[in-house]
Amino acid sequence: MATVRIPSPLRKYTDGQAKITIPGATVAEVMTNLITAYPGIESRIMDDGQIKRFINVFVNEDEIRTLNGAESTVSDSDEISIVPAMAGGK
Amino acid sequence: MSYISVIDLLDNARQSVREISVQQLRHALSDENPLLLVDIRELDEWQQGTVSGAVFIPRGNLEFNIEDEAFDRDTPIALMCAGGVRSIFAAKSLQDMGYTNVVSVAGGFDAWKNAGYPFETPQTLSAERRARYARHIIMPEVGEAGQIKLLNAKVLLIGAGGLGSPAAIYLAAAGVGTIGLVDFDVVDTSNLQRQIIHRLDAVGTPKVQSAAETIARLNPDVRVIGHQVQLTSQNALDIICDYDIVLNGSDNFPTRYLVNDACVLLGKPLVDASIFRFDGSVTVYDTAHGSPCYRCQYPDPPPPGEVPSCAEGGVLGVLPGIIGSLQAVEAIKLIVGIGSPLIGRSLQYDALEAEFREFRVRKNPHCPVCSDHPTVTELIDYQEFCGIPHIETEMPQPIG
Repeated sequence: MATVRIPSPLRKYTDGQAKITIPGATVAEVMTNLITAYPGIESRIMDDGQIKRFINVFVNEDEIRTLNGAESTVSDSDEISIVPAMAGGK
Repeated sequence: MSYISVIDLLDNARQSVREISVQQLRHALSDENPLLLVDIRELDEWQQGTVSGAVFIPRGNLEFNIEDEAFDRDTPIALMCAGGVRSIFAAKSLQDMGYTNVVSVAGGFDAWKNAGYPFETPQTLSAERRARYARHIIMPEVGEAGQIKLLNAKVLLIGAGGLGSPAAIYLAAAGVGTIGLVDFDVVDTSNLQRQIIHRLDAVGTPKVQSAAETIARLNPDVRVIGHQVQLTSQNALDIICDYDIVLNGSDNFPTRYLVNDACVLLGKPLVDASIFRFDGSVTVYDTAHGSPCYRCQYPDPPPPGEVPSCAEGGVLGVLPGIIGSLQAVEAIKLIVGIGSPLIGRSLQYDALEAEFREFRVRKNPHCPVCSDHPTVTELIDYQEFCGIPHIETEMPQPIG
């Protein structure tokens, strides 16, 4: 179980929720369960079952590439943040 | 009425104040743990020349300001005036404040100069500039030396738009002496909801020109260099190499990777930020000093069309005001050399939730640009890298 933080552009797929508690022992499990609960978000964050490469996923402060990827374990007190790359500046 | 003459007062002070010669001072300054040398003369004397490394606190401010330089009462301090008399009285006063290790430089700066020792003529601010930047100068973290660094600094802003507007305005107000602006666009009515450097009467004029006019009205100390071009792999290194720091406020991924790679190749610090709708992000890359780069944080660009731009998805007008101002703060910190820069950290702002959060950014040991064994050693075709088909465009000429 972990708290998943949804970036504002994707909240339309999560009934407007910014933080959702989702069961799962790894990032991959949490993502699967997130998509089961909110299917609309899948195409925005996943590509062929993998997290899109331009999306950073953090467990607390650390990006999962610097941990154990999608297999990074999570506990109830952990927070998973989905942070897509943004290009806007103007 | 009894009185004490200045001679008596001086003799009295000499009883408790130790003096050192300029020779001893020179040795003490070249020591591994040098003492704190305070030049207590008046501004006009100090401007004529001082000992390199000396802190300038005029006698009248000494008791008020000494704690900013040395709070520890056991700090070894040497006080220097012109001839070695004022510094004896000053040392006595510091002893009264509890400083245990204060000496007076016998013969003062005149003896130093007569001994043929090296001195420097400090760069100083005019009275007008001292008044304009008084709120900076009064803070010991900035001081006159920090303000001079700002006036000598050259900062390049990529984009004179949402992020570039507040960043340019605050950097100009802060007295950053040279501000370069790269933007090929003209001001459009839809820009005015957030691009606060541009005004309604500037609609239709080039953004670099409109921004230069606003800055000129704000602070004549600032020289604005307008680069009214699209930044490309052909011109990026030539433009960026003349600046100390780059602020990224561009609006597309190819330019973001281009600016990153150019800054890595040139060893320039990059204050990067991006915005979308209600979310903002800011971080600092400084690969010349071991920091990660944009590619460490975002190894792969999104496929074209996958991430909407602000034009497509919108952006809260105030949001770039927050994020661009944070970029200006980070730039000023880098220039003055204070605080902890946002290196290796990404600060994210969620306006809807009113939350700031911070994530770690680690260096990718296999980064194609900033690792020890880079595979990208010159600028590449960033449109192609981002999967965007080529469109031939005619480039306007640079101005300014």
